This record gives sequence, structure tokens and C-alpha cells, in this order.
Amino acid sequence: MDHAVQLLLLTLAAGTPLVYAALGELVTEKSGVLNLGVEGMMLVGAVVAFIVAATTKSPWLGVAAGMLAGAALALVFAVVTLTLQANQVASGLALSLFGVGLSAFVGLEYVSVVIEPIKPLAIPGTPDLPVIGTLLFGHSPLVYLSLVLFAAIQWFLFRTRAGLVVRAVGESPQSAHAIGYPVVRIRYLAVLFGGACAGVGGAYLSLVYNPSWVEGMTAGRGWIALALVVFATWKPWRVLAGAYLFGGVTLAQFQAQALGVEISAQYLSMLPYVATIVVLAVISRDAATIRLNAPASLGKPFHPDG
Amino acid sequence: MPPRLKLSGITKAYPGVVANAGIDLVVVPGEIHAVLGENGAGKSTLMKIIYGAVKPDAGTIAWEGKPVAIANPARARRLGIGMVFQHFSLFETLTTADNIALALEGERAGPSLPARIRDVSAKYGLPLDPDRYVHTMSVGERQRVEIVRCLLQDPRLLIMDEPTSVLTPQAVEKLFGTLRRLADEGCSILYISHKLDEIRALCHKATVLRAGRVTGDCDPRRESSSSLARMMIGGDLPHPQPRTAQPGADALVIRDLTLPADDPFGTTLSAIDLTVRAGEIVGIAGVSGNGQKELLAALSGERLLDDAAAVTILGTPAARLDAGARRALGLGFVPEERLGRGAVPEMSLAENALLTGWRERMVAWGFVRAQTVREYAAETIRDYGVKAGGPDAAARSLSGGNLQKYIVGREIRQRPRVMIAAQPTWGVDVGAAAQIRQALIDLAGSGVAVLVVSEELDELFEICDRLAVIAQGRLSDPKPVADTNAEEIGLLMAGSFIHAGAEGHRAFSPAGVLGLD
Repeated sequence: MDHAVQLLLLTLAAGTPLVYAALGELVTEKSGVLNLGVEGMMLVGAVVAFIVAATTKSPWLGVAAGMLAGAALALVFAVVTLTLQANQVASGLALSLFGVGLSAFVGLEYVSVVIEPIKPLAIPGTPDLPVIGTLLFGHSPLVYLSLVLFAAIQWFLFRTRAGLVVRAVGESPQSAHAIGYPVVRIRYLAVLFGGACAGVGGAYLSLVYNPSWVEGMTAGRGWIALALVVFATWKPWRVLAGAYLFGGVTLAQFQAQALGVEISAQYLSMLPYVATIVVLAVISRDAATIRLNAPASLGKPFHPDG
Repeated sequence: MPPRLKLSGITKAYPGVVANAGIDLVVVPGEIHAVLGENGAGKSTLMKIIYGAVKPDAGTIAWEGKPVAIANPARARRLGIGMVFQHFSLFETLTTADNIALALEGERAGPSLPARIRDVSAKYGLPLDPDRYVHTMSVGERQRVEIVRCLLQDPRLLIMDEPTSVLTPQAVEKLFGTLRRLADEGCSILYISHKLDEIRALCHKATVLRAGRVTGDCDPRRESSSSLARMMIGGDLPHPQPRTAQPGADALVIRDLTLPADDPFGTTLSAIDLTVRAGEIVGIAGVSGNGQKELLAALSGERLLDDAAAVTILGTPAARLDAGARRALGLGFVPEERLGRGAVPEMSLAENALLTGWRERMVAWGFVRAQTVREYAAETIRDYGVKAGGPDAAARSLSGGNLQKYIVGREIRQRPRVMIAAQPTWGVDVGAAAQIRQALIDLAGSGVAVLVVSEELDELFEICDRLAVIAQGRLSDPKPVADTNAEEIGLLMAGSFIHAGAEGHRAFSPAGVLGLD
């Protein structure tokens, strides 16, 4: 029993960076903008969060700094693609490459620094509840915050007028413009939100999941987040499920390595990526679901005077 | 009482073209005012200026006597200007209520909205279900959503941009009833169209535009169609030359063609039968979205069928052949989308000629014979009166009508024996449309079997020998045009020939197809 709860906890922990990055990207894409720079934004978020946390000794300031760093990188992307109308795919790829390089450069002197990780929530009077207690309080607050974020995004996109406007802009910016919505401003906000989320996802990696800074420590999670959004057919709950699937397989793969399974470690490391994509690709084969949920204007630039 | 809207000296220039030059226009309350002109005359630009979507270079706008600057559509809506767009500005993946809520402000988009949608739609005879998704709707129903959306904003000026181009004759009558009722209540209506009969039947006043200028101002109820046409195109409408050839052998035979939809928003074709004989023109009428796209894909070879005999071209079962093999059998094809299907936008006219015409000795030993290709393109440009910079002009640089003339010419010059043309004159100005129709008539006169799929009933009646109707993926039995009329075809377009209990992919409702229920 304890072992199962432990596994569940570790699964949540391993999936959380993806939850942040993919949910943020989902909102960006729902507004019709494809930002392929998630990997870069996560890495910059991770390194900035780590440096600030190491310098100020306050992990929470670190998280805030990671969030701002992700948003700052997203702002560059937004200016280039939304104001200057550059190609979104090329700009996003460039942003990823830039983020990888920038984070490695900035983080050079922090590679072996040790910091104090964010502590799990400690609520007095509850720690002894057996299973529930561990499940509810055994984690960093960032894990629970990601679930709050999920609920908030689900509610925002499908229950509020502002969310309706975001979806409308993503489906047909021309129509949204014709009935009087500021398409470019709305897309700016969605891109910044996506960047901030990616930054927090990175901060979680360097402050909680593996409290340290290692060059390229996201290990492709930014790319997986992008794939998750597509294969989850732009539905938040499927993004969540996909992220935890990734977390679960990551864990299983570690266990397999520990048990000395006769498979090369490289193949085992591939497993979470392969499994996540295969499973999601299989469940999202339905063309109708894709047509109804995919933002129709995804990746296409919008000229207000078109 | 001041006029509701007064435009003075409105001017708007784009690089290389003056869309509006010093336009004056006055609309009084309760008036249905037509703005008439060919494509490219500047009607749409003018309407976008009134609706705040485009900024004029010069000129003033007065609204109810006061000068205003309409900076954006939101401002226009606050003034009380509503617009129903030619290409709908709806969001397909949202419901009716969501679509309407997006255009309303604050309180008015609240929980009482569905009830108010029902009220307004009942009052004006425009029934709507607030919870239905737009992508499941016919074109007529979508237009009702747009109209109800405008009405809920209590408009004092309603702009209708070519609202009838997608409707059946019966749905047009219904729409006119709604518009007259609105005008009686004091709402002004600006009605954009190039259909002269409709303007004479509906409008109190007409302003005619040609090449960005006002060329006339009249009471359309006192004009004839030909006098309006003279103002619009500056000359008389050309009349088609009749032809005399007798139909010959069966050239294109469609037998029991059944094809499931390949797209969730598509239409399933069921048991389509049709024969086109050499030397005749057969037309397929119908409201778009009833299976035209799927049928054309099955005929052109874009989609292959299991049953090779479902499509027979000149005696050869062709339903399993790809598009190239069907062209080799003697099929010519003019698709509906000019840019992207009919021509590659970025490529030159010569290169576009090569794409379908390479069998005309344009390739030798795997090498393109550039000279032959250029000559072919140049001759097509000359023979079909295409206004273009020459064989090297990019396809996308041509206007819609000129590119269409080029594509039709390119196909005809390959001497097809079966010709399929989809919406051959859609968005083409009156002069070029007449030229294209004449080319198709001459083609049939030379013994080619011609199949025309079009939404323009007038066009089909003008050029076809026989007419069939497609509705909900089924095809009616073709009738000689001499034995039928627009009213009967209109009912067929609503699906009246489909027996109750027939398995369509959605429940049968003639009124639903028409947008009348």
C-alpha cells in the first residue's frame, strides 16, 4: 500500500513540469499562435529560478523569477511573430535554440551549487493520516499549484467570456477582428501566459524535482509538452493525463534500470517519450475531435488590414 | 430629420488601385438602399469603411447629422451599425449562443441571451436553436445566425453584403420579407449585390459604382435590368450565342456512385446516377455543402472509389484511376478553387500551363520545352482575353476573373472530350462571366460533353441543356431546362425529391437545407 502511494507521488512529481509547460502552450495555441520555443523557455526559467534561489536563499523568489524569465522570452517571440509578422515555426525553433544556449551560458558558474529545495506543505495536525495524508501533503506546493492551474484553465477557457474570446481568436482571427476584438493584443497575452507557465515548469525542475542546475536539464520535456498539446487534441484534461503518463513511465523506467533489466539504458530512457506519444496518438485518431478542438488559425499570421 | 448616414468624398487607395474615389452616399431612415456594381467596383471597400474595418484616406462620414470617425467595428456597433458578411464571420466550433454572445457587450451577453435569441428569431421568422454548433448548419441557417446577431444589437443601419449568393430562390423570398419588415420599423438597410432582379424587387434606391466611382443614382423600381446593367458595366450585357449540335454518344457516365464523407463536416454521397452525352451541357444545381465538393473529388480523381465502373469516361471505367490517368482519357477539369487547386499561386502562368498541359508536347526526354510552354501560355492569354503581364506573371497576381479565364482556356486548349467545370463564374465580373459561359457553350458545340456544377441558377438556365440538383449527397433525375423552372429547381434544392425514410447522413428536413424551418 505504502509502496503504491509512493509510486503515485513520484508519478505526480515527474509529470508536473510537463503539466505547467503543456497547459501554458495549450492556452497559447488556443489563441492561434504556435510557439515552438517551449524547451528554450523552460530552460531559461530553470536557470534563472535556480540562480535567484541560490542568491537570495528564497526558493519562492526563484519561482517568481523563473516565471518572469519564461514570460520575457515569450515576449521576444510575440514581438517577432505578432508585431513583425515573422514565421511562427522558424521563430519558435530559433527561440528554443536561443534558450538552450543562453541558459547554458548564464548557468556556467552554478553547475555544482547546492540549494535548499522547496519543502512539502506542512499542515500541523494532519501528518499522521496514513494514505491520504501522504498523498495530500507529501508534495511540494508547486505540484498542487499545477492542479489548481489545470482547473483554472479548464474553467477559464470553457466557462468564461474571456476564454470564449481566446478560442474565437484562435479559430478565426478575421472574424474576431470583424466583430471588433483586438486580436493581436489577445494573442500577446496568451503567448506571455504560455511563457510564464513554461518558466514555472522549468523552475520546478531546477528547484524541486532535481534541485540543481545541469545544462540542458529539461531533456526534451519542452518538445514533449508541444506534442502533448497536439495529441491531447487541445483538451486540458488529456494534457494532464498525458503528463502523468509520461511521469509514470519515467518512473517505471528508473525502476527497471534499478532492477537491472537486460535492456540498454538508452532504450529505457527513450521509453517515456515513445510511450506518451504512441498512447496519445492512438487515442486522438478521431478526425472529428481534432477538427472540433484544433484552433483553425494555428500558426498562421494575422494582418489586421488583410 | 437628418439622414441616417451621409458619406461625402470617401476616398481609399491601395497600392496600384483606387478602390473608392470621392464617393457620396446618403441613406435615410427606413430605406433599403442598394449599392450596385461589378466585382472590384469598390462596394466591399466602401462597406468596410462604414463598418470601421478599413480607414478611408479622405472624406467624411456623418451619422444622424453628426460627423463621426468610425475607428473600428466595435465603434460602428455602438453607433448602431450591423453588418452581415458575404463570407460569414462565424466561428464554426462554437454554438449559436456563443457566436452571438461574442458580438454583444457585457450584460447583454449574460444568461438571458438564449431567451432573447428565441424572441428575436420568432419575431422575424428566423428560427434558431441557441445550443446548436455552427458547423452542423446549412449556409442558410448560418446566415440567420448572422442576421439575428445583428438584430440583437438593435441596429439602425444594417449592411448586407451579397446576402443571397448562397440561398435558394425560396429562401431569398423569405429573407426579403424579413428585410422589408425591418425597414418598416425604421431600420435603414444597405444592400450590396450585383443581381439586378433582386435589387429591382427589394430596394427603394440604388447607387451604382463602377471602378471606384459613383456612376449613377436611381430608383431601381423604375429601371429595367438592362438600364441598370448599362450603369453598372458601362455597356450592354453580352448575350450568349445559341448552338445547334445534337447530343451524341454517352461520354461521362456515373453509375451508383456512393462515397462516405472523409471529413466530419463533409457529406456522404449516395447512389448518384448521371449521364452526360457528347455535345450537351448538363448542370448540377444545389446549395453548397450538399455534396458538390465530394462529387467533384470523385469525378476528378482526387478521391478514388472501389467500384471502377462508378465513373466511366468515354467507355473506360475510370473510378479507380488517378487524376492524371483520367486526364489522359480526355477529361478536362476546372476546379472551384482557382488558387490552390486550379493554379499554384506563386508559379507563373506558363508553369501553371505545364501542370495540366504537359501532354501537349511540352516535355521531351524528361526535359521541359520552355519555349513551347511559354507559347502555349501566351496563346491562351491572347485567345481568352486574359489581362495579365504575360506568361511570366505569377498566378496570384491576376484578378479572380482573369485567372479563371486563363484556367478555362488552358483546359479547353488541351482539346478535352469531357469537361467538368465547378462554379466556373463564381466571383467573376459580369463581362468575364459571359465570356467563360460562351467558351463552355462553344466547347459543347464542338462535340464535347460538359458538366457544370454551379450555385448560380440563372447561369445554369442560360447555358445548360439538362439540369439536375444535388441535395444531402443525393442527385435528382436531370430534367431538360425547357421543361422546368427556377421554382421547381428551388424545391429540389431543398431536397423534395428525397423520399421520406431515405438514409441521409442527417435527418431529412427540406426546410433545414433551405434554411426555412
